[in-house]
Amino acid sequence: MTGRTLYTNARLLDPATKLDAKGEILAVDGKIAALGPKLGRDGLGKDIETVDCGGACLAPGLVDMRVQLREPGDEYQETLETGANSAAAGGVTTMAMLPNTAPVIDEHALVEFVARRAREIGLTKIRTYAAATKGLLGKELTEFGLLAEAGAVAFTDGTRAISDALVMRRALSYASTFDLLIVQHPEEPSLATGGAVTEGEIATRLGLPGINAAAEAIMVERDLRLVEITGGRYHAAHVSTAGAIDAIRCAKARGLAVSCDTAPHYFALNETAVGDYRTFAKVSPPLRSEEDRKAVVEGLKDGTIDAIASDHAPQDQESKRLPFTSAEPGIVGLETLLPLSLELHHNGALPLLQVLRALSQRPAEILRLNAGKLAVGDPADFVIFDLDRPWRIDVSKFLSKCKNAPYDGRPAQGRALRTVVGGRGIFTAAA
Amino acid sequence: MTIGAPNDPFPHRHLLGIEGLSPGEITYLLDLAEIYVEQSRQRGEKLALLRGRTIINLFFENSTRTRTSFELAGKRLGGDVINMQAQASSIKKGETLIDTAMTLNAMHPEVLIVRHPESGAVKLLSEKVSCAVINAGDGSHEHPTQALLDALVMRRRKGRIQGLTVAICGDILHSRVARSNIALLNTMGAHVRVVAPRTLLPAAIERLGVEVHTDMKKGLEDADIIMMLRLQTERMHGSYVPSIREYFHFYGLDYAKLEAAKDDALIMHPGPMNRGVEIDTDVADDIDRSVIQQQVEMGVAVRMACLDTLTRDRRNGQAAP
Repeated sequence: MTGRTLYTNARLLDPATKLDAKGEILAVDGKIAALGPKLGRDGLGKDIETVDCGGACLAPGLVDMRVQLREPGDEYQETLETGANSAAAGGVTTMAMLPNTAPVIDEHALVEFVARRAREIGLTKIRTYAAATKGLLGKELTEFGLLAEAGAVAFTDGTRAISDALVMRRALSYASTFDLLIVQHPEEPSLATGGAVTEGEIATRLGLPGINAAAEAIMVERDLRLVEITGGRYHAAHVSTAGAIDAIRCAKARGLAVSCDTAPHYFALNETAVGDYRTFAKVSPPLRSEEDRKAVVEGLKDGTIDAIASDHAPQDQESKRLPFTSAEPGIVGLETLLPLSLELHHNGALPLLQVLRALSQRPAEILRLNAGKLAVGDPADFVIFDLDRPWRIDVSKFLSKCKNAPYDGRPAQGRALRTVVGGRGIFTAAA
Repeated sequence: MTIGAPNDPFPHRHLLGIEGLSPGEITYLLDLAEIYVEQSRQRGEKLALLRGRTIINLFFENSTRTRTSFELAGKRLGGDVINMQAQASSIKKGETLIDTAMTLNAMHPEVLIVRHPESGAVKLLSEKVSCAVINAGDGSHEHPTQALLDALVMRRRKGRIQGLTVAICGDILHSRVARSNIALLNTMGAHVRVVAPRTLLPAAIERLGVEVHTDMKKGLEDADIIMMLRLQTERMHGSYVPSIREYFHFYGLDYAKLEAAKDDALIMHPGPMNRGVEIDTDVADDIDRSVIQQQVEMGVAVRMACLDTLTRDRRNGQAAP
């Protein structure tokens, strides 16, 4: 393919180089060939497509480092294809899916299956984590080396914590042999089992079993000790509490190779969203107090929290229209990742480039993907978005198979207009 | 009179909890219950208020006394009462709560009385049906008719609720009776204390407007009412308290601890009692102090009042057949 596309009249935004300027960008054969204030037309020939961005923002495509897709196994909730369509509509050009499918992705054939299906679908790039332990049972390690060779981006037990300290120690230690990353669902299970919301006044009023916020910090602090012993690379997923964020802040100051992400619901919502048993606001870990929500924003501000990931978790009606404790946790987030994150810019908490850095550059760096920046020679993966136009989130319009999000009707500002992967448009917003 | 009209003394379609009810609404139900106490004692003819109308007792949890109390209340008002136990129903076959609700709704009952082991389940069900729903206990959330009957006993024995000091003792953490009583007693102006070991006190319980005590003698000091809660057997052995022996020693109500309370303090228990666990058997049977039997009697009257109130609009809208 010798496609050539020139994107003109764009506000180019690249957190890696702190670029924020009017300009143009040229994609040739799927890669970024040039970018600058005004690219010369000489020598470009005639067979070139020109896309006028109309002054909209053009940034590296979002790299969503935590999504759940339900294929293989629960295709009625989400397939790789519907997930990819949802991602494309959200401006996501690369996503990493958890291995908690059925069967569990703990064999290299399954990693290859995901890679092949992703190529066939040809939309957002789909990468997969492999299970850190066989069957996600928390006991025996999977074949880290072979799985990584097959294309697994990192190792995690998905929505379950690697709870046994010895297993975690060996996982970190063995992974360090190949310089691989371990991603933890940081929650001490013995303090969280049966819990549905964060412990406190709201849980007490609703009569729901609560999980103390310390369950997160306890697991993170333990893991950080194990990182110190092993020298492994460690990433804490969806951190949501001041305690865990403080622990990571200190660990980073000590020079440990640790990183973490959070999800939009941990800075866009607090525990009051559960209201009167609203199961669409049930997530794992649960929504936290306002103090913890503010700590998440602070963590993003000072860079303790590296990345924002959607934590996209499709759940059908039958999994959510249940009494609160029986309902499945999870929010579909691919299509609201960008607008909810942009709230941080619009409300003055973070500069725009810093928001974009958490959405593209940092997750790409953590997973060591060739993505997340506007550099000549890199894949031409962009999101073109309107930063300011107000709209209202309408869950019925989601391309995801599931509509489980507590954001219906929420006013938002900014959304993807066009998503480009390898120089090819994979999504264009309806005018 | 239509629902929500300004002069409607009880403008709610369902009774899902005490939280959200005004003092006037609570008083209205209690006043009406008083009338039913007298009527029930007269053993006259069965009332015809609910003749030809169906009430379904839908219990997803074992219960004898609450279910029987509702059944009796419905029958004394002349209604047809059907009892459904979850074990016998299709719930066990995988039918969802909402499917069950819709199926029962299609049978056009007047009232669904629901007990469910999960907090919030009765509210969820109420959103899917067109009849009135009474919460007969949902998880650790609310049990409003229990709080109303307790209030009726207090009011009859003490002449008021406002200003009374009520000590609720025992497994506050898992108790829907405690939550409904805290809500009602605070709304009506009583002073509420909770007394329990720390493992049986929910987080931030003081935010519900109660005084928290772990020393039972202090908690009972000058109390007008002592409300004992049942300790579930599965919580006795090492999970929340180390042993029955230790629990009874510190939190079981016996005459020694009772001395701290006012001389005329009343002892209440929602039943069924664990004698020798949370309450000494002699104390439970002390006819001068224990009002446990009256609670049962008031339960029927309160439930009659609730059934009457919640069906009133439909009865007025369409004459009974």
